[in-house]
Amino acid sequence: MSLIFTALIPGLAALLAWPLGRAMTWAMAPGEKAGPWRQGAERLFEKIAGPAGVPMQTWKGYTLSLIFFNAVMFIVGFMLLALQQLLPLNPDGKGPLAPSLIFNTVASFVTNTNLQHYSGEVSMSYLSQLLGLMWLQFVSAATGIAALSALARGLAGSTLLGNFYRDLMRAAFLVLLPLAAVEAVVLVLGGVPMTFQGAAVVKTLEGAVQTIARGPVAAFVAIKQLGTNGGGFFGPNSAHPFENPSFFTNLVECVSILLIPMASVWMFGRIAGRLRHAAVIFAVMGLLLIASLGLAVHFESAPAAALAGLPVQAAGNLEGKELRFGPVAAPVWGTLTTATSNGSTNSMLDSFNPLTGLIALIGMWLNVTFGGVGVGLINMFLFIIVGVFICGMMVGRTPEYLNRKVETREMKFALLALLAHPLLILSGTALFAATAWGAATVHNTGPHGFSEILYEFTSAAANNGSDLAGLGNNTVPWNVATGMVMLLARFVPIIFPLAIAGSLAAKKPAPETVGTLRTDTLLFGVVILGSVVLIGALLFLPAAVLGPIAEQLSVR
Amino acid sequence: MINEIINPNVQLKLERRKGRRASLFERRLVRTAAGQALVMLKPWVMARNPVMFVTEIGAGLTTLALVQNLFQDRSALIYTLMVALILWLTVLFANFAEALAEARGKAQADTLKRTRQKTLARRVVQGIEAQVGSDELRAGDEVLVAAGETIPGDGEVIEGAATVDESAITGESAPVVREAGGDRSGVTGGTRVLSDQIKIRITAGAGESFLDRMIALVEGAVRQKTPNELALTVTLAGLTLAFLIVTGALWPMGRYFGVDLPIPTLIALLVCLIPTTIGALLAAIGLAGMDRAIAANVLAKSGKAVELAGDIDTLLLDKTGTITMGNRQATAYHPVPGVTQERLAEAAMCASFGDQTPEGKSIVRLGEQTLGPRAPGQSLQAKVIAFTAQTRLSGLDLADGRSFRKGASDALCAYILEKGGPVPEATQPLVEAVARQGSTPIVVAEDKTILGVVALADVLKPGIRDRFERLRAMGLRVVMVTGDNPLTAAAIAKQAGVDDYIAEAKPEDKLEYIRREQRAGRLIAMMGDGTNDAPALAQADIGVAMNSGTQAAKEAGNMVDLDSDPTKLIEIIEIGKQLLMTRGALTTFSIANDMAKYFAIIPAMFMLAIPQLAALNIMGLATPQSAILSALIFNAIIIPLLIPIAIKGVKYRPMGAESILRRNLLVYGMGGVIAPFIGIKLIDLALGLTGLS
Repeated sequence: MSLIFTALIPGLAALLAWPLGRAMTWAMAPGEKAGPWRQGAERLFEKIAGPAGVPMQTWKGYTLSLIFFNAVMFIVGFMLLALQQLLPLNPDGKGPLAPSLIFNTVASFVTNTNLQHYSGEVSMSYLSQLLGLMWLQFVSAATGIAALSALARGLAGSTLLGNFYRDLMRAAFLVLLPLAAVEAVVLVLGGVPMTFQGAAVVKTLEGAVQTIARGPVAAFVAIKQLGTNGGGFFGPNSAHPFENPSFFTNLVECVSILLIPMASVWMFGRIAGRLRHAAVIFAVMGLLLIASLGLAVHFESAPAAALAGLPVQAAGNLEGKELRFGPVAAPVWGTLTTATSNGSTNSMLDSFNPLTGLIALIGMWLNVTFGGVGVGLINMFLFIIVGVFICGMMVGRTPEYLNRKVETREMKFALLALLAHPLLILSGTALFAATAWGAATVHNTGPHGFSEILYEFTSAAANNGSDLAGLGNNTVPWNVATGMVMLLARFVPIIFPLAIAGSLAAKKPAPETVGTLRTDTLLFGVVILGSVVLIGALLFLPAAVLGPIAEQLSVR
Repeated sequence: MINEIINPNVQLKLERRKGRRASLFERRLVRTAAGQALVMLKPWVMARNPVMFVTEIGAGLTTLALVQNLFQDRSALIYTLMVALILWLTVLFANFAEALAEARGKAQADTLKRTRQKTLARRVVQGIEAQVGSDELRAGDEVLVAAGETIPGDGEVIEGAATVDESAITGESAPVVREAGGDRSGVTGGTRVLSDQIKIRITAGAGESFLDRMIALVEGAVRQKTPNELALTVTLAGLTLAFLIVTGALWPMGRYFGVDLPIPTLIALLVCLIPTTIGALLAAIGLAGMDRAIAANVLAKSGKAVELAGDIDTLLLDKTGTITMGNRQATAYHPVPGVTQERLAEAAMCASFGDQTPEGKSIVRLGEQTLGPRAPGQSLQAKVIAFTAQTRLSGLDLADGRSFRKGASDALCAYILEKGGPVPEATQPLVEAVARQGSTPIVVAEDKTILGVVALADVLKPGIRDRFERLRAMGLRVVMVTGDNPLTAAAIAKQAGVDDYIAEAKPEDKLEYIRREQRAGRLIAMMGDGTNDAPALAQADIGVAMNSGTQAAKEAGNMVDLDSDPTKLIEIIEIGKQLLMTRGALTTFSIANDMAKYFAIIPAMFMLAIPQLAALNIMGLATPQSAILSALIFNAIIIPLLIPIAIKGVKYRPMGAESILRRNLLVYGMGGVIAPFIGIKLIDLALGLTGLS
């Protein structure tokens, strides 16, 4: 049963991802084959964007527009949250928020991270939730899809990567909005509330008065899952019965975590004109995902250390789990959500067995197991460049990727982008572990406490947003530090890959011969897998040893 | 008549060739390199190599820690001392590898230099002759060189013609003709004029001649990082930075667990993790690539050219001398009906006795093979009829009155008709059939009778088909360039198994072909010698000029082949590919090594604070100190152990990219993961035995 469920989710998602990949290509790169309806949409986008939506942009123009747009979104989001007490749609009268929390929250939603140092139902007005946060969930995911389609066009050989504003609208209106609408309806059918009424005040059977938070949840949850956002309407996220009432909604939400990241790979392959190459990447990501799922479910089937030897141990590790999901659906979600940079959750990650927690960390360290919407593949692209460079030499030619030479400039950019991730995670963790900023906020001592700090920075740097919890993280240092980490970790690995794509596209393509390293073979899959695993392991092994592995060894 | 004089210069060349096989660690070279390794410790020298520079800084810091230990806490003195020693050794090994490769290059250059001795030159200024030293010559000077004198510098013959002994450069003992105008006007300094007198315009002043520049390059005086080397250096610097972050973060992380990680241990971990193996050998690999080219008697103008050779997609090869033997040779008899093959063979032999051209000699040779003892002997009274442009025939008139003639079909038929003899109907079809096969038909007649046709065919060089097969396995296209007509060209192209051919090729055709291929993104290599090859040589990505060629050709190309051997291109490409493969393989090996080092060092570092980490000590290393030292020692000694691979290059086989990559990943990737586990364990055991741990 647990096996079927574990296999069902990636299986279903993979099935749906194939047609969705076609649809996303249709949306993002309509080409000449666009029907009248699609052309109409394109004209509409051009009208909305005005003069900014017309020119085709080089990588520089595209990146600048991307940064500019996100900066504007940051400012607007900041204003909205800062003034929520004065704005309408605030039936429960939520008050003002601390500035550092606003900074952290806006950074978190602009960067598609959705790290939440607050509880939605406690702190946010409906306007903040919908117009502020949910809006950002759409545009941040759309930014990722736009960036990936630009990268794909560059790798297809075009120095003009498209127009950012048009791409953004294509992604938001033709991909995310329709999908989210469908999912929201399905969720409503599954019992998720969707209302603008304030919290319900009810008298319980015992006669006590209880306030039950509710709101426009279904819409929020749909994009939260689809856009690898992960920021819940409620503090407990999808462990909350109004976000995720049943096994059925759990299945829908799990599949929708994977859906767009998987389809992005096919879209990339189609736009770049390298479908077989995309298939190899898909296979590598799939393999990583299945391995992590299997390990996580396996680790979580063991009881928590404290319960070992007691009769309840047969049920696996039930600590911190919703009983309606049990010890299989929880680690499955936990793995999916960290593999894809989603960050939503349906259980208490803090209560996972240490090694299950390690699987979640690995998912975020690598950040390429399908990864965030659009950006997962962009991260993978960096590993591919490094792998191609080293293995390309081994075939006796100067390295090439997709027929174009990989040289100093590309390597410089790739390494800078690749190094941002460990730099932010390890230096952040080191700083907070060594000082009271972090050491005083952990709720556990020893390796687990260390894991809490490590996890927080990992989650921020991976733009994941999940919380190991057990950490008092709504403090000024935490808010500021993770806010900065999220912003850097989001945009550095988007800017440099686009620069690489622009630089590669400007080169003359070399024809493929039997002497060329081919990118659409099983062997190349091994090369990618090897690069990801080896580089990932070398960068994060010491941290893994000090956190989860040490914990596992000491509780045994 | 046989020239048995042993040319001392041939010995020079053989010596150089032998250098390729010379033992790697020749005592003289090792001594030079060891000295040089110490000199190279200067930080500003080390800074060129980021990986080793970081290692040197680490070694320096550890030495400071050692001094501190000496005065404060002596408990860790031995350990710190060991770490410091091994770190310095690591740096020295790296320097040694580079110095050794450099010394080998210098040794090669020295043998070349022996041809550059100072000579006297007769400089002519406005008709007045004056004796000057060859080192005072400037480009543009005109000098006279007579028989027996040495040519004082690179230049071009502007007056006269002479035979020149170029064996000092090429090793070829047969003298060559150098004359004003045309493609054979280039002369090289250090070669000797054997007959006549020539006037030469010097094209390169003292110290800047072609060879001088080449030698400087070989000696490393003008060494620049090649594009791929630069990209790899950047990559290695990036990895070093990554591991700086990883190790740097460990110290504060240790504070969380209440551990004060000793600086020497952190530096040991850092040095183990950063790619010191490839960092140490990178320069040596590049130098060795140049060195292998020189050992093959090819002088590359830059290391970049050698590296680029690996990327070549298309080879432009001249048919004559490269794909086929230099000259056409008699291969078959086609007698007209009623004539036996023996009779035709005999007549053809007789007609060719006086013909000293290679073609004529080959007819005699074929006759001897066919007739064996019955072959006619050369009669002394016979009168040789030499080939003239008017008759276009040659042959022999015997004393007994018989006459033999041979020549092209039209010339011979005209001759027969003039003599009143019949031209058999079968003649013309035979001639055409031979031509269709790509051979040249020579018609043979005795007196007034046409006996048949001898086919002169291009004979493929032995093994050339296999060679092309190997090239194709590597993804290379071979294009044959020939002046033959398309019919002949097609026939030979098919026989040789080339992918394409340019028939009736003019120099412009070559250039155009190269440009077309380059537009399609292909990289082209070609070899040439004539001045009219120069544009194509310059346009090609790899242009190899023959040393026997003109100065213009040599300046245009980016390599010069001292042997003027047209098949050398293939060797050059293999050298380029091997160079890149070696870099890739050792980089992979270097990075893959890190896994085992983690398993040795990380448990050792935190064993005190988190004793449970002992479970990770899967190699069962004796003590934490011994674990760290073992990993560090392995990291150091792997450098000299891999010097042979760096200098000789990884084993090269002509295979497709897929098979090469699979093999190299297995050997250097998997091998790189596994080898250090074994190596570190063994070193740990050895440390235990010596009691050093």
